[in-house]
Amino acid sequence: MADTGIGASVRRKEDQRFITGRGHYTDDLNRPGQAYAFFVRSPHAHARIKSVNTAAAARSPGVIGVFTGQDVAADKLGSIPCGWGVTQKDGKPMNAPPHMPLAADKARYVGDQVALVVAETYNQARDAAEKVVVDYEVLPASVDLAATAKKGAPVIHDQAPNNVCFVWGLGDEAATKAAFAKAHHVAKLNLVNNRVIPNAIEPRAAIGDFDTGDDSYTLYVTSQNPHLARLVISAFVQIAPESKLRVVAPDVGGGFGSKIFIYAEECVVTWASRKVGRPVKWTAERFESFLSDAHGRDHLTHVELALDKDGKFLGLRVDTTANMGAYLSNFASAIPTYLYGTLLQGVYTTAAIYCEVTSVFTNTVPVDAVRGAGRPEATYLIERIVDVAASDMGIDRAEIRRRNFIAAIAFPYQTQVALQYDSGNYGASLEKALTMIDYAGFEKRRKEAAGRGKLRGIGLASYIEACGIAPSQVVGSLGAGVGLYEAGQVRFDATGNVTVFTGSHTHGQSHETTFAQIVSDYLGVPFEKIEVVHGDSGRIPFGMGTYGSRSLAVGGSAIVRAMDKVIAKGRRIAAHLLEASEADIEFKAGKFSVKGTDRAKTIGEIAFAAYVPHNYPLSELEPGLDETAFYDPANFTFPAGTHVCEVEIDRDTGVVAVERWVAVDDFGRIINPMVVAGQVQGGVAHGVGQALCEAAVYDKSGQLLTGSYMDYCMPRAGDLPSIEVDTTVTLCTHNPLGVKGCGETGAIAAPATLINAIVDALAPLGVKHIEMPATSQRVWQAIHSAS
Amino acid sequence: MNRTVNITVNGVAYQETVPIRMLLVDFIRDRLGLTGTHISCTYEGRCGACTVQVNGEAVKSCMLLAVQADGDSVTTIEGLSKDGQPHPLQQTFNEHHALQCGYCTPGILMNIEEFLRKNPRPSETEIRHALIGNICRCTGYVHIVEAIAAAADRMR
Repeated sequence: MADTGIGASVRRKEDQRFITGRGHYTDDLNRPGQAYAFFVRSPHAHARIKSVNTAAAARSPGVIGVFTGQDVAADKLGSIPCGWGVTQKDGKPMNAPPHMPLAADKARYVGDQVALVVAETYNQARDAAEKVVVDYEVLPASVDLAATAKKGAPVIHDQAPNNVCFVWGLGDEAATKAAFAKAHHVAKLNLVNNRVIPNAIEPRAAIGDFDTGDDSYTLYVTSQNPHLARLVISAFVQIAPESKLRVVAPDVGGGFGSKIFIYAEECVVTWASRKVGRPVKWTAERFESFLSDAHGRDHLTHVELALDKDGKFLGLRVDTTANMGAYLSNFASAIPTYLYGTLLQGVYTTAAIYCEVTSVFTNTVPVDAVRGAGRPEATYLIERIVDVAASDMGIDRAEIRRRNFIAAIAFPYQTQVALQYDSGNYGASLEKALTMIDYAGFEKRRKEAAGRGKLRGIGLASYIEACGIAPSQVVGSLGAGVGLYEAGQVRFDATGNVTVFTGSHTHGQSHETTFAQIVSDYLGVPFEKIEVVHGDSGRIPFGMGTYGSRSLAVGGSAIVRAMDKVIAKGRRIAAHLLEASEADIEFKAGKFSVKGTDRAKTIGEIAFAAYVPHNYPLSELEPGLDETAFYDPANFTFPAGTHVCEVEIDRDTGVVAVERWVAVDDFGRIINPMVVAGQVQGGVAHGVGQALCEAAVYDKSGQLLTGSYMDYCMPRAGDLPSIEVDTTVTLCTHNPLGVKGCGETGAIAAPATLINAIVDALAPLGVKHIEMPATSQRVWQAIHSAS
Repeated sequence: MNRTVNITVNGVAYQETVPIRMLLVDFIRDRLGLTGTHISCTYEGRCGACTVQVNGEAVKSCMLLAVQADGDSVTTIEGLSKDGQPHPLQQTFNEHHALQCGYCTPGILMNIEEFLRKNPRPSETEIRHALIGNICRCTGYVHIVEAIAAAADRMR
């Protein structure tokens, strides 16, 4: 099995349709009788909606229906919920204002959905939308993250006084204060974690399709979690019971978090398909993606690190203001809390930690998870303050990390911020990365570059991530509204083929290949005979979907559990066929055999017997070979590692060239090294984007200035080096595969790695810190204001 | 206002009456149902996802009207393989894991097929430069660059 089993760089099954142009993304689908939708969006960041006059639009050629927030209210649709209720420091629940699918009272950001036009053609809908007359009373907008909670700022929701969603604390405040009191040195830093826009290359799209024959709906949608979409649209927005709603997420062109969330548009087109009695299709234009896909990050943080005279970390104190945007998106409240504060231990033995987060509303697009989600923000502040401390105290940056790493023998390790790390070896990744990049030889390269007039710098970051979210009872006690298990079903057919149904969703992650590798390895079935099905609530028992690098650790484990059941049943069938005791049957490499004999049945023969039960223990056993398992993880998983990069900066232009990048990660057991390398390289590119060029910029009135690919810069092939990837391995101790997860680590490690390198390059000029994105303009200004 | 156009796509001659405002990409996707050509930046010419070849030259099909292609021969991703044989680029993109979600891939393949005809021995720098018109959000481009270099080797 070695060539297609666990650990092999198997070529992807899914490629065939994508390299020939025969994928099926949502916008490629069309339903008979389909009509087209266009949304009327608020041009104002904050405005009272006095009236909406749809008469002219309704008379426009081809128009079938025009719908407003009043229609949504009349049909008693529910609010789009935030699925995680954070308890505040003072014990009160967070302020969670409603988010109706179409705004009726006020528009709260530029892009807020105010009305929907449905017409025979897309252009007719778009033209008619311009005839919808909305009478806005424009209100002052609160756009500045630093000022929105201050007295006198315009109030966005009546339910959130001072625009505060919650004030939340984690850790031991008194112990941390005491640690700082005895510090030899305190390193301090203010930093901005810049707001980013996910920009999956496929724009969001949705087709609502109501079947008048049986009162059921089908929603085709660009989603990372179709079952979760079904749950929200049913139980909360209350368009239809779950039994009457099927959600299909076909091929999806990248997610990066942005397609986790259940958005107004997909709710509204589902509902509208019943109103007009026809399928209704909406596909975002890119400007709509900018104005409605949830944005990410957007923190202001003050961080302090207390150290003793040897550079040991005594205490960490973090004060963060986190932007929620105008409404709470589905996971928004969990990102700057349970996916951020809980990671502030990093990979270090810091003895006392306290973190306080004030989460606030602004008149901007809602903010939620983007690749990494909370963990890049945690890693960035830890790895920046560690570098600041090293610089303050004159300690080498690798050495200060070595002195503070949690030792490889210290696991399981209980952190100061709620998590318990199960396994790791942080020193191993660091040393391997330093060797790969020749850390010891760097000063020679710096000097050589200086001879060419360039400023060369090296930077490193040792990160940790918590993924595989999550034990249901733990997250439930912390305010999550759902369980976070995963479902997997393994079905043999009579001729020995296997179909795997998974609640995880692949939108680039390669599950059709890697999950098939696991099944091939466990069951001894040829890789070619295994199909992986995902993305359809009508075919798959259940699912919580793909985010937070959970698919393999949770979804893969569910499949293993289902295979365990298949093998257990197969053993009983084999015992009957081989006339042996069940205890004497062993399963190996696709064969059930009687111990110590050559009598055996292949799993294919067992499947045939199960579906053609002529010689079968029918009084004890049901026919068929088709098992389902739900897997609820015992803990998070904790990938960790060290990234190192080198940059060269042109003094005259401020342009930063990333010359080398080395990533050494511990992902536990690796299923497909080629796929893992791709995930790491892509994640690094995403993080380099945040550090070097990506930023969502609003003007004072709340207009998004970076609202197109012309204005929002993303890394292109010429901006990146050939990222070098290697691994170290400690196995996860609590899931059956020993796996940890790899999809987000690049985006988590890269911003700190790169900014540390840029600051190192500029350090000879006296530069101590530079904010992201380190654009050539910002770097040039740093060079010139320093010298 | 409509006009009748004659456009050959992947070797098939089409005569269609189209609105003069229709973009070539919409003609390909909506009129002919060839949905391998994708839209990402929505008609700004910035992402490269809609790249096709017109008379052998790679162009972003959102930057042309269908009527401008009247009389031309267009090749889309669906026409890249010949006689059932995958193009070397299709092979090496699979071998080197040069695609993840696959959405940007057709545009990259149609762009680079022309590039390799003009530059059969490209350096890594030249490959990266040739890719600047295509945004990939998944891969970090490393495997794409490797796959293109491998295809160039195979085609020589």
